[in-house]
Amino acid sequence: MANLEIDFCGIKSPNPFWLASAPPTNSGYQVQKAFEQGWGGAVWKTIGAPVLNVCNRYGTIDYKGSKIVGLNNVELISDRPVEVNLKEIREVKRNFPGHAVIVSVMVESKKEAWQEIVKRIEDTGADGLELNFGCPHGMSERGMGSAMGQVPEYTCMVTEWVMDVAKTPVVVKLTPNVTDIVQPARAAINGRASALSLINTINSIMGVDLDNFQIIPDVGGKGGHGGYAGPAVKPIALHLLSAVASDAEVRRSGVPISGIGGIETWRDALEFILLGATSVQVCTAVMHWGFRIVEDMIDGLSNWMDDKGFKSVKELVGKSVPRISSFGDFDLGFQTVARIDHDKCIQCNLCYIACNDAAHQCIDLKDLKLTGENQERPWPVVREEDCVGCDLCSKVCPIDDCITMVEVETGRPHVTWNELTRQKPEILDWDKMEQYRKQANIKIH
Amino acid sequence: MVEHYKPQKYKAWELTLEERFQEYFPPLSEREAVTEANRCLFCHDAPCMTACPTHIDIPTFIKKIATGNVKGSARTILESNLLGATCARVCPVEELCEGACVLAHDHKPIMIGRLQRYATDYASERKIRYFEPGPANGFRVAVVGAGPAGLSCAGELAKRGFDVTCFEKKPLAGGLDTYGIVVFREPVEVSLAEVKMVEELGVKVKTNHAVGADVKFEDLIAEYDAVFLGVGLGAVPDLDIPGEELSGVVDGLEFIEQTKIKPLHTIEFGKRVCVVGAGNTAIDCVTIARRLGAERAMIVYRRSEAEMPCYHFEYEFALKEGVSFMFLTQPVEVVGKDGKVEGLRCVRMDLGGPDASGRRVPIPIPDSEFILHCDMVIKAIGQKKHHGVLEKLAEFGVKNSKGYILVDPATNRTDHPKIFAGGDCVRIRGEASTVMAVQDGKIAARAIYEQLVGSGAARKAESAASKRK
Ligand SMILES: Cc1cc2nc3c(=O)[nH]c(=O)nc-3n(C[C@H](O)[C@H](O)[C@H](O)COP(=O)(O)OP(=O)(O)OC[C@H]3O[C@@H](n4cnc5c(N)ncnc54)[C@H](O)[C@@H]3O)c2cc1C
Ligand SMILES: Cc1cc2nc3c(=O)[nH]c(=O)nc-3n(C[C@H](O)[C@H](O)[C@H](O)COP(=O)(O)O)c2cc1C
Ligand code: SF4
Repeated sequence: MANLEIDFCGIKSPNPFWLASAPPTNSGYQVQKAFEQGWGGAVWKTIGAPVLNVCNRYGTIDYKGSKIVGLNNVELISDRPVEVNLKEIREVKRNFPGHAVIVSVMVESKKEAWQEIVKRIEDTGADGLELNFGCPHGMSERGMGSAMGQVPEYTCMVTEWVMDVAKTPVVVKLTPNVTDIVQPARAAINGRASALSLINTINSIMGVDLDNFQIIPDVGGKGGHGGYAGPAVKPIALHLLSAVASDAEVRRSGVPISGIGGIETWRDALEFILLGATSVQVCTAVMHWGFRIVEDMIDGLSNWMDDKGFKSVKELVGKSVPRISSFGDFDLGFQTVARIDHDKCIQCNLCYIACNDAAHQCIDLKDLKLTGENQERPWPVVREEDCVGCDLCSKVCPIDDCITMVEVETGRPHVTWNELTRQKPEILDWDKMEQYRKQANIKIH
Repeated sequence: MVEHYKPQKYKAWELTLEERFQEYFPPLSEREAVTEANRCLFCHDAPCMTACPTHIDIPTFIKKIATGNVKGSARTILESNLLGATCARVCPVEELCEGACVLAHDHKPIMIGRLQRYATDYASERKIRYFEPGPANGFRVAVVGAGPAGLSCAGELAKRGFDVTCFEKKPLAGGLDTYGIVVFREPVEVSLAEVKMVEELGVKVKTNHAVGADVKFEDLIAEYDAVFLGVGLGAVPDLDIPGEELSGVVDGLEFIEQTKIKPLHTIEFGKRVCVVGAGNTAIDCVTIARRLGAERAMIVYRRSEAEMPCYHFEYEFALKEGVSFMFLTQPVEVVGKDGKVEGLRCVRMDLGGPDASGRRVPIPIPDSEFILHCDMVIKAIGQKKHHGVLEKLAEFGVKNSKGYILVDPATNRTDHPKIFAGGDCVRIRGEASTVMAVQDGKIAARAIYEQLVGSGAARKAESAASKRK
């Protein structure tokens, strides 16, 4: 049996699965229920400044029969008094000493306000703090949340205020609503943060009601941008995580990262772990299905680890980070062509139209006389010598393993763009580029 | 070439004998399974779970298929039902889990049985061993009969550390799963793999050991700490009409059994076959006869369509197989020449008022006799009780009602404190089915554990088993 325990900058957790700071961690009742069902940790719903919430605070994207592929919200931080939250946090920690209880916090941008609340939170016995520099709506207009996280200097300053008094580990939660996430990540580290977490929600407008022209969700006749989360944001979150996890300064600091954004299954979680997350946090999936999803997360991850021979989560953290490279280092000599398995093909011919209209016109429709019928539907056939190997056809094909991209050796030099432009800077001229292509046997169809 | 995507058309005459006895439903492909699994709503408090007699956590096992944790999915199934692979194939799902699915109202219910089969097949193809024998607790239990009830009880006891010996009178274990369920519903290998799984838990399965003949009940009761009876029911009773001794009159269960264990081409069958009865066994016999090659296969039943004990889906299946149904027809004599069956003399019936069971009573119509020409008559009117066994048990104070052993439903204990029973031999009410036999075995195993090892400890072990460390 694989060991799922983790140590997150000194915070111990029986497994890497934590609840994100959000409605599922709004109360002691919920967090205890979640722990009973297997969650290893929880980041308490952000507490701090007084707020008032609105109704109809969610908008969703339901995509072709699937509910909540994306979820947007205009919920604020906890609308329960700080004192009530602190009392429940203390109780939860007392009842679950072995679980990770981290308290998310956000107050106005005053040193005294931050330092005072940090002390009150630590007094509960909580394992750590998470600074919410990411809420993109409501709080940001009041100079909090993403208004902090979008300015690296503020991020650094507030983190320092907190670190000056904090005795427990402090996680800085980053907003994705920036051009370069590495900047606030470094700022937090400069402010001596113990760990990072990302992502918070992404700015979004969910849609427009075509009957009354209202923005969706419709809050009593008005609507506006809100924070986007759920399965749809996963690729964005994975990118931002990998950008932070592979940054040299972040790596040097050695701070652990908690990965968030669109995690629903053990597979999603594992991808975050492989790209550098020590723990993962989940919000939307729990809002959709309830706490019980953690059972399969634990079971699925440990079965996978057993099958692959991994003993502890630690072995996996960041395992794929070294695989992240950039375009300039890709092999320009790597050539694939599409191959269609006519035993599997059902002749929908979607590959044909995709290649013809949106790729390189190298699939032909032919009568192959495979079925023995008189009037046989035409079959798609790839002209391999013209195929650029872009992979579009296999992506649109509805049948598993029907179109495969097969590697072929064309005699092209295996060189990267960076190497090539170093060796032959002249190819940045179109005439020289054409010459190089001829010589390197690269045909553009 | 490209045959795979053509809609499946069953044309018996285009298939070989072996092909006609392949599993009726093809296995789901990975894509089909995942697509279907994602259709599951993952209901809270799911009604399918309540409807399953073994209370498999269905939404969880389905979710695990959707997330690619198929190994964990099969564990979820087997934790509640050791015979999950058989049940996936033989359960009347329309009446149980799938019938309860919230999508059954106005959509298509989730194909729970097919998904269960996908997960359990995955596990058995990879020979994944999920359970280990529990630490020995020093108690010995004898299980009589290695059908689903006996195997389930034996396996659950072994998981709790009991030393279990299972006595089975037949050469192969598995009970009706091995000998009675038609192969196009469940291949024998599936049942035998479950026997093997139970053996791997440390259960000693002694085949060719009939209790009452080769082994004495007295000895079992004296030598073991508890005895579980899962003896099922017996052979098909006689029709009690003249001509029954003619060659060509066969016992339905024996007929089915041949298709399970003999090469198909060696099985004798008639050109025109009459099957007497309209329960599960009758449907199985008549559809087997068709698939073996009978030109005409008929169900002869004295009541009407509405009173048939078989499930509706079985009726529909038989109709699709080209079976004809002679309702309100009572056989009164098997007629023959030179010792061979030539026909079944029948009388037409009418329905009168309801009897004690609420079913309308069939009444013969005077002067309505006629002969159904046929060369084979298959008896499929239920199963006899093991009267010898019941009489022996009565000596130990074990009571029965109409030949069914009486047990306390909460523990499956008989009137003798050491003797427990389950499966078809106790099923006075309700449809007898594999899954209910499995549940009986589970209930008895838990009760035996609580009785011998102690209830406090029992509860602890239960919760340990339900949580994965
Ligand atoms: C033809 C047919 C088709 C069926 N189809 C289905 C179906 O599709 N789905 C479904 O759910 N159910 C079906 N059933 C019902 C199902 O098979 C039974 O409910 C189930 O097998 C009962 O299990 P059991 O363990 O109680 O009995 P059995 O399966 O009958 O097993 C009893 C075992 O005990 C052994 N035994 C008996 N006496 C002794 C003795 N004295 N000593 C040692 N061993 C002994 C027998 O040899 C046998 O192996 C069908 C039944 C029949 C007859
Ligand atoms: C309704 C809602 C409320 C949220 N409230 C908070 C909050 O109070 N504090 C915070 O740090 N993040 C909050 N978040 C963001 C989540 O913690 C998380 O970062 C985000 O939803 C992405 O994860 P997911 O895709 O698993 O939902 C909220 C998200 C949602 C959907
Ligand atoms: S989820 Fe609960 S609180 Fe929210 S609208 Fe529905 S009933 Fe009201």
